[in-house]
Amino acid sequence: MEGPVIYANDLNLKATELRLGLPGSDELEKQSPPSVKSNKRASPEMAEDSRLKSSSTMSNAENGDQETAPPAKAQVVGWPPIRSYRKNSLQAKKSEADGAGMYVKVSMDGAPYLRKIDLKVYKSYQELLKALENMFKFTIGEYSEREGYNGSDYAPTYEDKDGDWMLVGDVPWDMFISSCKRMRIMKGSEARGLGCL
Amino acid sequence: MNLKRNKESPESDELNGVSPFPDEVLERVLSLLKSHKDRSSVSLVCKEWYNAERWSRTHVFIGNCYSVSPEIVARRFPNIRSVTLKGKPRFSDFNLVPMNWGADVRSWLDVFATAYPFLEELRLKRMTITDESLESLGRKFPNFKALSLLSCDGFSTDGLGAIATHCKNLTQLDIQENGIDDLGGGWLSCFPENFTSLEILNFANLNSDVNFEALERLVSRCKSLKVLKVNKNIMLDQLQRLLVHAPRLMELGTGSFLPELTACQYAELESAFNNCKNLHTLSGLWDATTLYLPALYPACTSLTFLNLNDAALQSGELAKLLAHCPLLRRLWVLDTVEDRGLEAVGSSCPLLEELRVFPADPFDQDIVHGVTESGFIAVSYGCPKLHYVLYFCRQMTNAAVATIVQNCPDFTHFRLCIMDPGQPDYLTNEPMDEAFGAVVKTCTKLQRLAVSGLLTDLTFEYIGNYAKNLETLSVAFAGSGDWGMQCVLSGCPKLRKLEIRDCPFGNAALLSGLEKYESMRSLWMSACNVTMNGCRLLAREMPRLNVEVMKDEESEDSQADKVYVYRTVAGPRTDAPPFVLTL
Repeated sequence: MEGPVIYANDLNLKATELRLGLPGSDELEKQSPPSVKSNKRASPEMAEDSRLKSSSTMSNAENGDQETAPPAKAQVVGWPPIRSYRKNSLQAKKSEADGAGMYVKVSMDGAPYLRKIDLKVYKSYQELLKALENMFKFTIGEYSEREGYNGSDYAPTYEDKDGDWMLVGDVPWDMFISSCKRMRIMKGSEARGLGCL
Repeated sequence: MNLKRNKESPESDELNGVSPFPDEVLERVLSLLKSHKDRSSVSLVCKEWYNAERWSRTHVFIGNCYSVSPEIVARRFPNIRSVTLKGKPRFSDFNLVPMNWGADVRSWLDVFATAYPFLEELRLKRMTITDESLESLGRKFPNFKALSLLSCDGFSTDGLGAIATHCKNLTQLDIQENGIDDLGGGWLSCFPENFTSLEILNFANLNSDVNFEALERLVSRCKSLKVLKVNKNIMLDQLQRLLVHAPRLMELGTGSFLPELTACQYAELESAFNNCKNLHTLSGLWDATTLYLPALYPACTSLTFLNLNDAALQSGELAKLLAHCPLLRRLWVLDTVEDRGLEAVGSSCPLLEELRVFPADPFDQDIVHGVTESGFIAVSYGCPKLHYVLYFCRQMTNAAVATIVQNCPDFTHFRLCIMDPGQPDYLTNEPMDEAFGAVVKTCTKLQRLAVSGLLTDLTFEYIGNYAKNLETLSVAFAGSGDWGMQCVLSGCPKLRKLEIRDCPFGNAALLSGLEKYESMRSLWMSACNVTMNGCRLLAREMPRLNVEVMKDEESEDSQADKVYVYRTVAGPRTDAPPFVLTL
């Protein structure tokens, strides 16, 4: 039996996805220069965030190949040309929660635009997921530790401080809101794939 | 040639073209020469002048630590007191060079310990320096006075502690933007209580807390302190106390500007700033807002350099602040100030010479804020003396750049970064060739250029044809083929540094510069179309160049992913790690 990934490629979900972005921004993946393809290091967004932890190391070599949910656009190592030092301090600034609210962006596969929600408003996963269901008009399945979200085509995921894409619900709520940078509601085969991990 | 001859027979010496001055006079005269370029020229005149120059030189600048060996330097210059060394290729700042690449200062210090035991100053940029090396600096060099580390790595705060402990005559400790292991702020407490010589202290980029009482005592007893840049853990009430001890500061980097003072404390802060009459440089200002910025205003009257890199100001806040800085010549801001903020720059800063606009959110691709071409244009109308710009933006047009350089034809450094790689003129959808064409045609004094956006060979034809004073060129995601790079290599006589990434330049381009590279400091090419064979050919033809290749994991055998070529009199590196292949 073929894995879900192959179906995703055949259906070319990426091409039919509607997203708002800067003009020509999605072209980057198609006419991207060789370096993006041959860049075997982990995605630079991850590399930056993990550098937050060990502020002395500036190397990509320590970041192994990790599977991440695909970001909206391919990011290129070392671009824009901001000094590593500044990158770290920018990331640190962003992670410090602005006292007034904890707004994170939420995207949903297939939706034409992103939304922003204030995580501080919710007290639990239940409240958050309900709000998302209302916002995007869909249903999330039942969460279980073993199988992720069963019973629907959608899986709520989030990007944490380290740049990794995680399934919503695995960590305690407080840990979640302090480490969540943005959310993505995955749909279809990709979502199901996550649940089987 | 017998150097004493000229004392015995002055007439015949003049006929022979030997200098009529005794050595001592020549050396005395040459000792007044400070510029290393002038000194290089002097040393080429004749053997006598070469000798006089080398004996009188006290500062040596080495732009590429691998271009020469410490032994050769020590042999040539016996009286060095101050050394500046630069190590890794500049693109290492953007993570394009793996860790442990090299440029360790250790081998230099080992030679200096015997050759220059009276070394006073060491300035390093993009070098690796270990705690051990810092300790040996403190122990083996009793006259050591000034340490400046910019974009370096390999050390921890323990090493700083060693410097503070051992360097009895330290005047400068300048630690900027380094990949440092921050193990705590205890290093500052290592300065002995009877230590008073400090003039420059910069620890703005260190993250951990120092002991404030120790800092306060240090500042109050170092009466000659001129430069103080603290980190963001120093709060405003603490800053006020420091300022009271050091009203004669010329450069100040504040800590956090979070508004957490009582009315009384705020008044004291205002008064402290009021007493700082000598301030010409100001930085820091983390979390500064309209609430407390006015406390600064009285201290801004003589400001010439304002660095707001760490203060995400809005346009209104910037405008109000700038109104108090009439003498401003250099300004660094985040793009949170937006175009309106830059309009304020244009109207408030007629003397402005340098502007750098950094992106607050460079990696967030959904952002549509920041600055555009209008902000840049506004500055160019208001600041005709502008000659240095570094501008990060998300949109630009050819017409805008043409207007800008018409208003400011004296650019020496033009670094434009349109953040989406390969992005065209957003109004006409054409390549940005004409923009950079306008820059090189109009700005005849241009020394440094960084290009971006969608660019064809035409850009490089323009550069090769017009940029006759160009010394440094940075290129990324540009060009259509070899021809572009060939134009630059054949057309720019003063080119010294060429750094290229992600461009379709291949072996033909690389090899067209065969004759050129020895007159340059270095060439960097990464993610281009150069192959191992091309590099091997270059290495074979030019033995006085080091041709080094770093391959990415899983790249094909023939691909030369990262190529670094530089002239050297020291031969191939002896300390190259396994991933650096010297061809």
